[in-house]
Amino acid sequence: MDFDLSEEQRLLKDSVERLVADKYDFESRKRYGAEPKGYSDALWTQYAELGILGLPFAEEDGGFGGGAVDTMIVMEALGRALVLEPYLATVVLGGGALRRAGSAAQRQKIIPQIAEGSLKLALAHAEPQARYNLANVAATAKRDGDGWVLNGAKSGVLHGDSADLLVVSARVSGDQTAENGVALFLVPADAGGLTRRGYATQDGLRAADIDMAGVRVGADALIGGESDGLAVVRRVYDDAIAATSAEAVGAMQRALELTVEYIKTRNQFGQPIGNFQALQHQAVDMFTALEQARSMAMYATMMTQEEDADERARAMAATRVQVGRSGRVVGKNGVQLHGGVGVTIEFAIGHYFKRLTMIDAMFGDADHHLGILSDLGGLLPAA
Amino acid sequence: MDLSFTPEEQAFREEVREFFRTALPEKLRAKLRAGHHVSKDEQVEWQRTLNKKGWAVPHWPVEWGGTGWDPVRQYIFREELMAAPAPEPLAFNASMCGPVIIQFGSEEQKKRFLPRMANLDDWWCQGFSEPGSGSDLASLKTSARRDGDFYVVNGQKTWTTLAQHADWIFCLVRTDPSAKPQRGISFLLIDMKTPGITVRPIITIEGGHEVNEVFFDDVRVPAENLVGEENRGWDYAKFLLGNERVGIARVGASKERVRRIKLLASESRHGNPPVLENARFREKLAAIEVELKALEMTQMRVVANMATLDGKPDPASSILKIKGSEIQQTLTELMVELAGPEALAYQPHGADGRNEPAAAPEWALTSAPNFFNYRKVSIYGGSNEIQKNIISKQVLGL
Ligand SMILES: Cc1cc2nc3c(=O)[nH]c(=O)nc-3n(C[C@H](O)[C@H](O)[C@H](O)COP(=O)(O)OP(=O)(O)OC[C@H]3O[C@@H](n4cnc5c(N)ncnc54)[C@H](O)[C@@H]3O)c2cc1C
Repeated sequence: MDFDLSEEQRLLKDSVERLVADKYDFESRKRYGAEPKGYSDALWTQYAELGILGLPFAEEDGGFGGGAVDTMIVMEALGRALVLEPYLATVVLGGGALRRAGSAAQRQKIIPQIAEGSLKLALAHAEPQARYNLANVAATAKRDGDGWVLNGAKSGVLHGDSADLLVVSARVSGDQTAENGVALFLVPADAGGLTRRGYATQDGLRAADIDMAGVRVGADALIGGESDGLAVVRRVYDDAIAATSAEAVGAMQRALELTVEYIKTRNQFGQPIGNFQALQHQAVDMFTALEQARSMAMYATMMTQEEDADERARAMAATRVQVGRSGRVVGKNGVQLHGGVGVTIEFAIGHYFKRLTMIDAMFGDADHHLGILSDLGGLLPAA
Repeated sequence: MDLSFTPEEQAFREEVREFFRTALPEKLRAKLRAGHHVSKDEQVEWQRTLNKKGWAVPHWPVEWGGTGWDPVRQYIFREELMAAPAPEPLAFNASMCGPVIIQFGSEEQKKRFLPRMANLDDWWCQGFSEPGSGSDLASLKTSARRDGDFYVVNGQKTWTTLAQHADWIFCLVRTDPSAKPQRGISFLLIDMKTPGITVRPIITIEGGHEVNEVFFDDVRVPAENLVGEENRGWDYAKFLLGNERVGIARVGASKERVRRIKLLASESRHGNPPVLENARFREKLAAIEVELKALEMTQMRVVANMATLDGKPDPASSILKIKGSEIQQTLTELMVELAGPEALAYQPHGADGRNEPAAAPEWALTSAPNFFNYRKVSIYGGSNEIQKNIISKQVLGL
């Protein structure tokens, strides 16, 4: 058992943390959010220079050959600063589909562009009717000569409004919730017949609803097989669960620090409010929640390598339960301990609370995953 | 012991319900049900409708527009109001400043302010908290120096709810800086149009504008606007805060939310099975209903005891704020859970040009903002930590 980071990983951690510490204070974040895309393209270029955009991709594809732990390190650092740029959407979700299932030709064409920061991706899988059922795909793909024609609607596509290239799931065969028969396609965002409605999300990020009416793509747009796209999506979502758990841990860590700093310096009744045990214990509850979540984020990171889909599903569901619940404790207590300023837009703590809430809602909330886990029989066998 | 309402009380409930059925504009009802705030004009119009009926300030003495209802009828009225759901009469007028003036104000003040308060001709706001004085309210610094027939007010109030709409503000100000903190405070009524007052918005986490900072720079206030005696303001403030005890649990509002959640959760959306078919969700909702029922019974005990305790607070009343706020917060959280992925989109009113409408229903789009915003209910009006301090000291004797 070894929880230590390698020398390389430590360097990575230092450099990402430094970049974020230098460039991503609360005021800068506000400025980036006000830019046309809702984030900073200048910083995107810096991420490319730092090498984190190509991090998880194989070297022969133009990436840097990093592993899940490297992604965890980056996401945690980005989480600390509530980074707005589409790292998750481009590298983990859209890029992840390519990494997990793209052909050599697709990977070698696209991944270098991701790594150099010139191409942004988004994964358009969720649909309005699907709620948290990943198999519920009503969008269709029909063969059309050599290529395909896509029709249907996607919703809540993270950073779908500014992505250049979309990874879109669509049903080739089977009924609407069948496990088989879904395929993934690479669709340029400016494809004819595709319309996007972009909007801000509750946590200050961006998303889009997407309509496809007779969108034509070539044969080379298909990622993987024409029937097993859902397995790829599940795999990529598991990667994203690990990644967002690390992001949540970074956010929780910073939220705890902000809260502890605040109650040490805020005076009421002639003393720092941090003197009151009622508040000390709530801060300790935040700390406990954080450390439990950190452990599960590491567990999930490890389990992204697990090839048994059921085992992996259990681990990811368990992680989501813990991280979701921990996020609530940290977010709520953090706001409460700040008093009135905690519910204002001018204080960072509320933004952490919002992001933690939205991470929970993103791939199925804690209770949804508790259901999955209990349906799978929990983690331990009866004995 | 008899827990049922008398036939007269039930008939009264019917009468109230019927009034709300006919008098409450459908647009307002729909707005509240969707989780939106009402506008100033809507609030004013509705309060005037209530006032015309004689129901804007039911708990005031009859001579000042009250109804003479006993505590049970007042309770039923409030519950039906929230169930409708209808906007409550502006609390700053009806439950805060009004009762203080009635109890401690001069005859002239009563005549001048109360009728306009009841009719919402004047919108009042509450100037108690300051940047350095939240939980420790008695440390407040805003000063009022006597100068002939005037007080000259300097300082800053904050968290002033809806000051942007207000015509008047009732303030706690320090009139004797040398006395012990609680002894040097006075209760002053200030016209918001007086020169030297600046109102600056504070935006809350979900993006709303409901609170403000209010700055006072050599604001000259006629001495006749002092309520009661100079340096007795702390007593009046305690009276004001104690007054709100019963309403603060907001049982009726939470019942309305539960009913609403049940209705929404029982509808099939996009051809999916209703969320209510999910046992986990059902059980969570049921668990909250248990808490809410218990709180309702506690509140009824407090209401029923009010007559016998003769104004002294019932020890059980102290839990109303804590439990009431926790339940309200949990219900906003359940609403987010119900909305699921449809809670994601942020749709500010008055788009900033970068946002296009997301394809989610109104109630889902307001769910997360309300969840975020409702963190306030365990912070304002005496935070839950402060409430627990009070209970452990005053009730448990610790
Ligand atoms: C949305 C909103 C609307 C409001 N509207 C109004 C209004 O209209 N008029 C008005 O005058 N005020 C208003 N308030 C102010 C409100 O009453 C104060 O926010 C509240 O009293 C808490 O004060 P504070 O924000 O300074 O927090 P602080 O007092 O700084 O408290 C910070 C944290 O410390 C805790 N704490 C403080 N002292 C103790 C202690 N002794 N033991 C244990 N814990 C403690 C608190 O519980 C809280 O968790 C409003 C506030 C909000 C958020």
